[in-house]
Amino acid sequence: MSVLVVVECDNGEVKKSSLEVASYGSQVAQMLGTTATAVAVGEATEANLAKLGEQGISKVLYDAEPRLKDFVNGAYTKLIAAAAGKEDSKIIVLANSNIGASVGSRLSVRLQASLATNVVELPKANGSSFTVKRGAFSGKAFADVVLSGDRKIIAVKKNSIEALHEAGKTATVEAFSASLSDADFTDAPKQVVMQDQAGGILLPEADKVVSGGRGMKGPENWGLIEDLAKALGAATACSKPVSDVDWRPHHEHVGQTGITVSPNLYIACGISGAIQHLAGVNSSKVIVVINKDPEAPFFKAADYGIVGDVFEVLPKLTQAVKELG
Amino acid sequence: MKFLVCISNVPDTTTKITFTPDNKEFNKAGVQFVINPWDEYALTRAIELKEAQGSGTVTVLNVGEADTEPNIRKALAIGADDAIRVNAAPKDAYFVAQQIAAIAKEGAYDVILMGKESIDYNGFQVHGMVGEMLGIPTVAPAMKLDMSGSTATLEREIEGGKEIVEVNTPFVASCQQPMCEPRIPNMRGIMTARTKPLKVVEPVGEGARTEVAEYALPPKKQGVKLIPAESAGDLIKLLRNEAKVI
Ligand SMILES: Cc1cc2nc3c(=O)[nH]c(=O)nc-3n(C[C@H](O)[C@H](O)[C@H](O)COP(=O)(O)OP(=O)(O)OC[C@H]3O[C@@H](n4cnc5c(N)ncnc54)[C@H](O)[C@@H]3O)c2cc1C
Ligand SMILES: Cc1cc2nc3c(=O)[nH]c(=O)nc-3n(C[C@H](O)[C@H](O)[C@H](O)COP(=O)(O)OP(=O)(O)OC[C@H]3O[C@@H](n4cnc5c(N)ncnc54)[C@H](O)[C@@H]3O)c2cc1C
Repeated sequence: MSVLVVVECDNGEVKKSSLEVASYGSQVAQMLGTTATAVAVGEATEANLAKLGEQGISKVLYDAEPRLKDFVNGAYTKLIAAAAGKEDSKIIVLANSNIGASVGSRLSVRLQASLATNVVELPKANGSSFTVKRGAFSGKAFADVVLSGDRKIIAVKKNSIEALHEAGKTATVEAFSASLSDADFTDAPKQVVMQDQAGGILLPEADKVVSGGRGMKGPENWGLIEDLAKALGAATACSKPVSDVDWRPHHEHVGQTGITVSPNLYIACGISGAIQHLAGVNSSKVIVVINKDPEAPFFKAADYGIVGDVFEVLPKLTQAVKELG
Repeated sequence: MKFLVCISNVPDTTTKITFTPDNKEFNKAGVQFVINPWDEYALTRAIELKEAQGSGTVTVLNVGEADTEPNIRKALAIGADDAIRVNAAPKDAYFVAQQIAAIAKEGAYDVILMGKESIDYNGFQVHGMVGEMLGIPTVAPAMKLDMSGSTATLEREIEGGKEIVEVNTPFVASCQQPMCEPRIPNMRGIMTARTKPLKVVEPVGEGARTEVAEYALPPKKQGVKLIPAESAGDLIKLLRNEAKVI
């Protein structure tokens, strides 16, 4: 019985969140005295999959069926269920991504497993049951959830587990076929449209985020946000009203009704810090707030702050980052 | 076409979250409950599609105790035709999914719409479970939903982009912005909602698969360190040398 880890790949690379998932899975395997096998989805290269050894994975299963390059819920579910069957895996770990959680929820029914999504810590084993900590109430709280039964599925929240890096270790990569048929591809995409990402950094995967609110005054000023983001290697984000009026696209809207981010660094520029905004960002490791109003509620949730005008402060920050080299 | 819209009853987004002294339950005292904001997209889109088709019905479904009825009535006021409440505390996602699947099957609904996730428990899982229980596709999360006959075209958000997906009825979709502009009830809606049918049924199936042992609040922040605007560049040094995040 090995722990099965689902790794998502894109353009040949294993996603950073999946390196965390692999590290989570291998630590669970170690806890249970077994090994961790990965099953890879998306477009992968053998060399990059072999490198999952660094995250403690012994073996990687990969089905090179071309239609699996894009996310197809039906086919991914069947593939992973087949891999779990082959490896006799009772525990499956995946990313708490749109892909991971979509597949995980179907698998939980198919394999009669108990499921926890949005998990932020390694499990504590208690007999045959696991207790896992997960985020709840949109980042305003945590819940310790008991997963009982012998089959368990855990979806791990991004940036909550440190990825392991045991240099030099490699995993064996094994071709694997789940004998998929056309019926498994009913929800295959007709078309895939990837966002035009200025610096190539996707918000959900980003380590650092520079975010703008209504205090930025208009879309024409976003160059200030983008310059700092570029200098830092950060993704850009915004508050809800900013995307509501189309200053920025919807996929940049963070908060309770947008996406939840948990980067190492979140820099909020001209955002007041409404409770719904905080819900989407308050699990960030370090929060920096730049606001001209010293009473802005965001300062209460911040680690560092500058009371000042974004139009003066942002160029100075960008300059200082460039000087760091 | 028959639409089934599943709504969860959640604390208002401005709620300060607290727990009972043993940390085992959410403290409901004084909390205003609302329709889960994502579910408002599902509800409004179902009504819009029904209107565009010129026929059909929109049924709202909630798994919850009697105290959720004001929000069910609100959904009727927004424009749903009838409602079903499964009379049980929503113990976990698996329990809820079983109730929804049973009702969807019995009522032979064509389109089952939900929100992206419930903002209280943040599971993002009920839609996948229901799709699997019924053996039909789930498209989650959907940013756009159009229907032509029995074929739906959806935009499914994936990390960093979107997929255009086509599925036939019956299917499940979980909705989010910018699918539509959620409607609010008007006076006429509120009046007619009072007399629209709200059926209460008892739960079926197995119990829950998971259980919350304890809730906790996030650790408090240390307090903010302020850097004068004139020397803003010092912040960058602190982020490198003190916080070690750049
Ligand atoms: C159901 C519901 C869900 C919601 N979900 C979300 C959500 O997911 N995400 C979200 O973000 N919001 C959400 N909101 C909206 C939220 O309540 C706030 O209205 C919103 O976050 C405010 O955005 P803002 O901070 O950009 O704008 P404002 O609140 O207008 O704040 C602008 C800030 O910029 C500062 N400022 C102005 N000029 C300057 C300057 N030159 N230099 C420096 N600072 C300046 C001001 O002092 C102010 O603090 C939701 C609301 C509801 C009711
Ligand atoms: C005070 C309180 C405590 C709770 N504690 C727990 C708990 O400990 N564990 C737990 O699993 N759940 C708990 N719930 C229930 C939770 O609110 C959900 O109803 C259910 O668990 C699914 O949550 P989810 O986040 O997994 O849903 P998601 O998968 O995020 O929900 C997706 C969609 O499913 C639909 N949906 C979800 N719930 C319902 C429902 N009840 N009726 C109709 N449609 C619904 C909605 O369309 C929603 O947008 C609690 C609820 C309350 C009010």
